[in-house]
Amino acid sequence: MNDFSDAFIAAFSLLIQLDADLVEIVALSLTVSLTAVLSAAVIGMPLGAALAIGSFPGRRMLIIAINSLMGLPPVVVGLVVYLMLSRSGPLGVLGLLFTPTAMVIAQLILVMPIIAALTRQVVEVLWAEYEEQLRSLGATRWRALPTLLMDGRSQLLTALLAGFGRAIAEVGAVMIVGGNIDHATRVMTTSIALEVSKGDLALALGLGIMLVLIAVAVNGLSWLIGSPGQDRLLRSKRGGGYGRQQYPAARTR
Amino acid sequence: MVDSSILPLELDNVSYEIDGKRLVKNVSCCFEAGRSTLVIGPNGAGKSLFLRLCHGLLQPSSGLLRWRGSDGQTGQRQAMVFQRPVMLRRSVWANVGYALSVKGVSRAEREPIINRVLQCTGLSRFEDIPATRLSFGEQQRLALARVWALSPQVLFLDEPTASLDPPATHQVEQIITAIQSAGTRIIMTSHDLGQVQRLADEVMFLHRGRLLEQTAAEQFFDCPQSDLARAFTRGELLWWHRKNPLHPPGISKEISR
Ligand SMILES: Nc1ncnc2c1ncn2[C@@H]1O[C@H](COP(=O)(O)OP(=O)(O)OP(=O)(O)O)[C@@H](O)[C@H]1O
Ligand SMILES: [Mg+2]
Repeated sequence: MNDFSDAFIAAFSLLIQLDADLVEIVALSLTVSLTAVLSAAVIGMPLGAALAIGSFPGRRMLIIAINSLMGLPPVVVGLVVYLMLSRSGPLGVLGLLFTPTAMVIAQLILVMPIIAALTRQVVEVLWAEYEEQLRSLGATRWRALPTLLMDGRSQLLTALLAGFGRAIAEVGAVMIVGGNIDHATRVMTTSIALEVSKGDLALALGLGIMLVLIAVAVNGLSWLIGSPGQDRLLRSKRGGGYGRQQYPAARTR
Repeated sequence: MVDSSILPLELDNVSYEIDGKRLVKNVSCCFEAGRSTLVIGPNGAGKSLFLRLCHGLLQPSSGLLRWRGSDGQTGQRQAMVFQRPVMLRRSVWANVGYALSVKGVSRAEREPIINRVLQCTGLSRFEDIPATRLSFGEQQRLALARVWALSPQVLFLDEPTASLDPPATHQVEQIITAIQSAGTRIIMTSHDLGQVQRLADEVMFLHRGRLLEQTAAEQFFDCPQSDLARAFTRGELLWWHRKNPLHPPGISKEISR
């Protein structure tokens, strides 16, 4: 009991003093996960949208593949990435194993299917509503794709946050490909696992509190975005990137 | 006008079917330039399908549809307003801007056009509001502003005043008349016979997927050629075709009691 409260007090003092180790670990976690989520979005969103509105050979197979990738156990992804990047693996020459880049790759593989699948759902619903109108205006499917992504932006942001949630909370894969090397590839989750096994509860708890705070912040953000009336947060006054602020000419009125 | 007209539009024995059900049956007709046509008929007659076929959103299952004046660019010169307005999740202003950008109008040219059509449709004060927040009638006006901006040669309108109140209907009719006098050929559906009399040069009567009549408006109302059309203009079609009427004429008092 005493150990426990001591650990709590120590954890809070680490947080309040912005302990250098703790800050470094949190910063690396955020960098890795944000990079992974943003790269996953760059690939997953157009892919999801294309799957929603396109008709091309292999579309069904891709949908099934992505849906099954969503449920992949992280350690398996870690193992596969490890094998690819290990010295004798096909990408071994790049020397990426046990670097933050390897962790980004593993998280990207975990998050991309989620973002692609959620994007496909969002865009499918929107396309059902927009299709005739856009075709009537003369928009091709290629022209429609960015339109749909733009108009589904608030739901897509929720998809991004869901992806980020999975990335930041992930342990197994980054442990395997990152190696949990001090000052190099140590992130929040892997540190917690290590510190607990070492018996250093203070740092583990401090990081745990940070993780919970981040989770709460992410959920709060998606709630704000999801609740009606708050979509203004995302909407520029002219809306949708075709707004008038972008026009060089000033308004006459 | 530099570009030549894509009209007349000619339909030769056009049919449309879904799952073996023929919903538009052997329609042959011709839309000449310079008039307005109102397509009428009971619910489910196939009016919306007919407009979609003409606009090119649906392909005929059989028969031929031909823009006789066309040089291949027919899609660019026609537009449609749907029975339910589809609003992009953007501001009112951006909704019009989007339509112009798809047509390849440069940014600098868009601005004055957007301002003009929003002003003409009375939507200027809403320009920064998300279009989805507009009332139904305002959305319908925005849909009109959006196609007006495109100055199409042919405009298809699918019941643009259904479920609007009389002032809003009047406003929409004025907008349609203005678009027409700017040189656009109007082809629209309606359930409002008063409106048909106000707007139509020519009336087409559809019934159960068949084109029963295409005549000049005065003639249609004076002496319709088919007895179905006569029944329809007198509002009698309801009883004409119901095999099992829900409310047989004469018992309405008992029902309301
Ligand atoms: N995708 C579809 N699948 C099956 N039936 C359809 C489909 N689209 C339309 N129909 C049927 O075709 C018929 C004509 O439909 P349409 O929408 O053209 O009628 P309408 O004349 O516009 O009626 P309203 O006055 O109610 O708008 C209807 O009976 C409708 O149920
Ligand atoms: Mg209809």
